[in-house]
Amino acid sequence: MKPARFDYVRAATLAEAHAVLAAEGSDARVIAGGQSLVPMLSMRLARPRVLVDIMRLPELAQIEEADGVIRVGAAVSQSELLDWPQLPARQPLLAAALPWVGHAQTRSRGTVCGSVAHADPSAEIPLVLVALGGGITLSARRRRRAVFADRFFQGAMSTDRRDEELIASASFPAARSGHGYAFREFGRRHGDFAIVACAAVVSRHSTRLAVGGVADRPVARDWGNIAGDALDDALNELAWDLDAREDMHATARFRRDLVRRLGRETIIEARRCLA
Amino acid sequence: MPRLNRDSRHVVRFRLNGRSVAAEAEPRMLLTDFLRHTVGLTGTHVGCEHGVCGACTIQINGRPARACLMLAVQVEGASVRTIEDLAPEPARLSALQEAFRRHHALQCGFCTGGILMSLDAYLRAHADPSEPELREYLAGHLCRCTGYAPIIAAVLDAAQKLRGEGTRRA
Repeated sequence: MKPARFDYVRAATLAEAHAVLAAEGSDARVIAGGQSLVPMLSMRLARPRVLVDIMRLPELAQIEEADGVIRVGAAVSQSELLDWPQLPARQPLLAAALPWVGHAQTRSRGTVCGSVAHADPSAEIPLVLVALGGGITLSARRRRRAVFADRFFQGAMSTDRRDEELIASASFPAARSGHGYAFREFGRRHGDFAIVACAAVVSRHSTRLAVGGVADRPVARDWGNIAGDALDDALNELAWDLDAREDMHATARFRRDLVRRLGRETIIEARRCLA
Repeated sequence: MPRLNRDSRHVVRFRLNGRSVAAEAEPRMLLTDFLRHTVGLTGTHVGCEHGVCGACTIQINGRPARACLMLAVQVEGASVRTIEDLAPEPARLSALQEAFRRHHALQCGFCTGGILMSLDAYLRAHADPSEPELREYLAGHLCRCTGYAPIIAAVLDAAQKLRGEGTRRA
């Protein structure tokens, strides 16, 4: 359980980080908090030739809110965002989901964008990003582009990021008036990977439920203001569409059942927040 | 831009338990191995080596963190605190350590160093923790001996004592 050899670059400017990525392509990996990458290095699931450490870049260390969007830089840790005083008011869904990300002892170093980059299908932060219709800003040497979350996540541990790009920030739409938000998760223990996680965003006319831990990426579905049998039918259809698989943690049937039950509870809780 | 070559060892300078330290590490060396084998402080235990068990928990700039999920070269310039720094002086335990002893909050002791470093950081930020908060916080640590109940009792007791001391001083 020791990493294979690699060079280590402590980038002092964003341009330096871009230069390494441009030169080394897929042989380079960006490291921020390292809470997902270091285990992968230790297990040798990742064997990069060079690591680029971006944690000392001040331009990536900001949490900013402008035009109804909370932009979280790539060097911001999960606990820094959780400690941001405006968070519960400005985006209650994110405030509700963050305590479920790993443990306090890993959130202190694990970054918000690192979780996005890792793209684990059961991870909470990608789920919230998809539920809110947020986006990711990627930067390379001479280019910058923004991608919507639902297009960024392409499969288990697979994203739209190109080899020469790094994630500069994740953008979470702030809470809007007339909307309710809720998050629920089921796992064996607190801090374990979610077996099923649900995030709901509702208004008087719309219902959106995003589900993590079942498909190979977080998936959102939109309905009108449905209730009763219609909601049950819609949740059942979603549960089957997610193509749940069986693994050592849960059967496919159990996952579908959790989508139906947890999904309903999450939507109802979000509607309660509307009042 | 400093690029540290994979095949050489490089000097890492940081604060360790209040003192300046400079020691050499290859880029791939984990902080756990660096602390134990290079620096020689073996109180930081290595359990699962992938961030799950919590035995290697230390404090980086005052916050609890897994030493096994960090590279030695990443602590350049940082302030690191390990279990060796918890007792105020030799043969005198901290309030938290003392409470662990009183409540039998350890048996084999393998996980204890990590748990103490975690809880020490927690008590500094939360002087009056509730039991549910502590249970959630302790979810980041595995202990196979105690069943956790004595640990919870010890922290609540230590927190109470620490608050009492604070009041007397004020």
